[in-house]
Amino acid sequence: MEANLEQRGLAMKREEINVCVLRVGGTNCDAETKRAFDELGVQAEVVHVNEMVKRRSLLEYNALVFPGGFSYGDYVRAGAIWAKWILAKLGKELKAFVYENRPVLGICNGFQVLVEAGLLPGFEGISPYPEAALATNFPPGYNCRWVYIKHENDVKCVFTRKIPKGKVLRMPVAHSEGRLIFAKEKEKQYLKRLYENDQLVFRYCKKNGVYAEGRFPTNPNGSFHDIVGVCNREGTIFGLMPHPERAFYWWQQPDWTRRARMPQYGDGKLIFESLIEYLVKKF
Amino acid sequence: MTRRLYINRRTPFPLFEIDVLAATDKQLLKISREMGIGLNLQEIRAVQEYFRKRRRNPTDVELQTIGQTWSEHCFHKTFKGKIKFDGKEIDSLFKTYISKATEEINPRWCFSVFEDNAGIINFDKDYGIAIKVETHNHPSAIEPFGGAATGTGGVIRDILGVWADPIACTDVLGFGPLDYDYEKLPPGIKHPKYVYMGVVAGIGSYGNNMGIPTVNGAIYFDESYVGNVVVYCGCIGLLPLKKFRRNAKPGDIVVLAGGKTGRDGIHGVTFASAELTEKSEEISRPAVQIANPIEEEKLKRAIIEVRDSELASAITDLGGGGLSSAVGETAKRFDCGAVVELEKVPLKYPGLAPWEIYVSESQERMLLAVPQISLKRVLEIFEKEDVEATAIGKYTVDKVLRIHHRGEKVAELDIPFLFEPPKSVRTAEYKPANLEEPRFAEPENLTKTLLELLASLNIASKESVIRTYDHEVKGNTVLKPLQGEYGGPNDAAIIKPLKNSWKGIAVSCGMNPNYGKIDAYWMAASAIDEAIRNNVAVGGRRIALLDNFTWGNPEKPERLGSLVNACGACYDFATAFGTPFVSGKDSLYNESPLGPLTPTLLITALGVVPDIRSAVSMDVKAPNDSIYIVGQTFHELGGSEYYKLKGFLGSTVPKVRPKQARKTFETVTKAIDSGLVKACHDLSEGGLAIAAAEMAFAGGYGVKLNLREVPRKALNRNDFVLFAESNSCFFVEVLEKAREDFEALMKGNVYAEVGRVTKTPRLCIYGLEGDVVVDASLSDLLASWKRTLSSGV
Repeated sequence: MEANLEQRGLAMKREEINVCVLRVGGTNCDAETKRAFDELGVQAEVVHVNEMVKRRSLLEYNALVFPGGFSYGDYVRAGAIWAKWILAKLGKELKAFVYENRPVLGICNGFQVLVEAGLLPGFEGISPYPEAALATNFPPGYNCRWVYIKHENDVKCVFTRKIPKGKVLRMPVAHSEGRLIFAKEKEKQYLKRLYENDQLVFRYCKKNGVYAEGRFPTNPNGSFHDIVGVCNREGTIFGLMPHPERAFYWWQQPDWTRRARMPQYGDGKLIFESLIEYLVKKF
Repeated sequence: MTRRLYINRRTPFPLFEIDVLAATDKQLLKISREMGIGLNLQEIRAVQEYFRKRRRNPTDVELQTIGQTWSEHCFHKTFKGKIKFDGKEIDSLFKTYISKATEEINPRWCFSVFEDNAGIINFDKDYGIAIKVETHNHPSAIEPFGGAATGTGGVIRDILGVWADPIACTDVLGFGPLDYDYEKLPPGIKHPKYVYMGVVAGIGSYGNNMGIPTVNGAIYFDESYVGNVVVYCGCIGLLPLKKFRRNAKPGDIVVLAGGKTGRDGIHGVTFASAELTEKSEEISRPAVQIANPIEEEKLKRAIIEVRDSELASAITDLGGGGLSSAVGETAKRFDCGAVVELEKVPLKYPGLAPWEIYVSESQERMLLAVPQISLKRVLEIFEKEDVEATAIGKYTVDKVLRIHHRGEKVAELDIPFLFEPPKSVRTAEYKPANLEEPRFAEPENLTKTLLELLASLNIASKESVIRTYDHEVKGNTVLKPLQGEYGGPNDAAIIKPLKNSWKGIAVSCGMNPNYGKIDAYWMAASAIDEAIRNNVAVGGRRIALLDNFTWGNPEKPERLGSLVNACGACYDFATAFGTPFVSGKDSLYNESPLGPLTPTLLITALGVVPDIRSAVSMDVKAPNDSIYIVGQTFHELGGSEYYKLKGFLGSTVPKVRPKQARKTFETVTKAIDSGLVKACHDLSEGGLAIAAAEMAFAGGYGVKLNLREVPRKALNRNDFVLFAESNSCFFVEVLEKAREDFEALMKGNVYAEVGRVTKTPRLCIYGLEGDVVVDASLSDLLASWKRTLSSGV
């Protein structure tokens, strides 16, 4: 379907793209996420879910972002309440959105929401129950630090198409529930599928690209197989724990005072750019 | 049986009249004690007189309202009262020292100081920065997590209370030693480790949940904090000054927004104005509020929208004293009265007495004044965010506060009376501490001493705490709390609050409780100097200060004496440095069965960085660069971490020489602006040896130093030069080729080139005799520094 659209040469201009940054009580990374799109000349609108239910439709937008935060205080499991809420109130629209291959991005709490909603990993489309969990960190506790992540995706993920496979990126994480796990008995099978379907997107690694192999703090949360983020089978839904919007400008980097010259942007920009490029080509 | 003091009014809800008209002094005090309103005899007599004139007895609502309004916590009796000291009478510490300094400096960039919940200063274009630091010691001693979380929540509401959007938090904490002997712990006192874990988790939880980065802070350990934990929570906000509204008038509606009201936080302020005892836990547990950061996050969104739509005429937060303070203070501020209908206040559960509703300190509530015409729109904005907002009354023309509950009038008080409590007159005295300088031989192995010092609680890395706070959220943190690959301790954090401006703000702090054991005056002076030099080190200037006092019982003359001296230093050094106070807060009565805590003054400094691109971090950058010391080292080891390690206090407390210091600060700023400074780090706890070690391991390069070059006076021992804590000193890293330019700029200052950055990853220090006195690998230094608090305890 996507290929067809591309062949038909229906191009969309950057400024025509309309991204929705969804929020709810406890969302707190919406402003900087919107700022990243603004900076790239793309319209992004922060919309409260109440507003979406009452007066708007998800289908007005070309892409949807679930930003970071503590939706509803995350008082059950991180992301669980918002995920169920969305499915109950906007489930139909969300499914239509996904079936049309419109991209959905989940950052940190947003990733947790996508997993709880069964949208990720999405081995066979939207799952009626969570196929994975973002469990409490090991070592336990909230952890805010910059990490290195290695790009693992061949072609599938529309959010990383501008990033060569094997490239090491740097972004900050800040969470206490980011340890991606599968049911023990399904671990091997699911990992195999992630590779087969090209759904693995990033893994925690050292600066030189050597995988963390579960070692803290290179792997900041004890995530299975050092997994940072995954996409669905179609590559249109993507979730990750680190915050690309906090690694957007050069002056957000932790070591900019050590360098005589900094590239103008941080690695996080690549995620947003890849998305925009996909949208420009798709529509 | 004697005459009854409490008369039950026949109402469908609990309401008492209190018979003060005929009460004896003894009975008056009994009333004050039994109702938990904390009024002393002079005060409750004034209350008696007021009601005698009106020929009626007060209701419990009235007495509680007066008790809350006149509490130390709300009214700051000590800072506003009279003090007899040294044959003089000081009429208000606040006016005589703190606000006077600001008035004399009279900076044009102060937009609103000492008037509202937070100080506001001009920032860039039409934007202002609001800042406030609060203390939350008492609640945190009883319930560490809840106390610290609500402390953070409270100070964030102070920022919302001046229409500002919170953009960063700071926190400075003081605990007893984590290895404190359980056997020595008196009943009712919680172990420092428990308090430490709870407080840290509470602060992290609130800030992280609200999405406000915690960017600056400090943790001190002191034996005297075992009985009274010190919790300073600070918040910084950004506001478009054009949207600042402060023009409520009679007829405006009193709107209560946010969380529901319950019994949590009853008498928080009177509790905070008393000493802690064995029974505090039992009696005062209800005084600690319950935190719900997500409620406040929603509240924040709505308030910012109300601000931007210019729909309200005033705002304040509900903190200590709950509605009673917020309504009363707003009426007072706008010279009007108010009518409140208590049954309209949304409750968590039924059954609250009217006085409980009126004084409850339930969290996440704000009070707005809204012109009738905008009321509907304001309520809609709150509804959109899933926040409850209710009109509960109206501001009136007469200066009378009237409170109704279910049709019954339950209080009627004159606002002027409510804000004119009898002035306290207290006596202060000061006796210099009788201390001696210790005598001991210079240790043979100073490398070992350095490693021990690095591992000491006050110097050791606080990384395990810092990383549990989100310091990156909002994506505006330019200079982070931990610097370099290995997380060196930064001097100040820098935030870039505006998308279209390179201007930043630098936040730093200074606190030296250990010096206070020797002399409160020099302790205060040192805290001011440290806060400023930390700010200067990263490129901050045009510095505003905040003072936060944590002291013992001011009714005890010697405690008050040291407070007066510290205030004196605040005046002397704020004026000397041209750095005005813009806000502050005091927490007194910090006493427990273990005695008073060490008087602790926290100075927070807020500077402006004209262009964040020229900000400087503390880690060394490249081998072969020159290392300079700017400033002079004296025989000032009293209260130092070095003496502490050796088991001494000493008497030679570091002094501040403001003329020279101000010049040093200005020149370092010039050097930074000229691009000559590659790294800058202030010398503080542990002196130059610690500062050099931190710069080296943060940058990953070695440093070679020569003590003979260090500008010093009356110092002839290696250990003293290494570890003296003289104020106003910096290490500056300068590119080899830029040395001449740097030295030209430094002319007229005390400075010297003292060493080099080396490729070899070692700290190597040559002593006064030219021999090597310290030689340690960076990995050993780093390991010692990180070891102590590494596990998060």
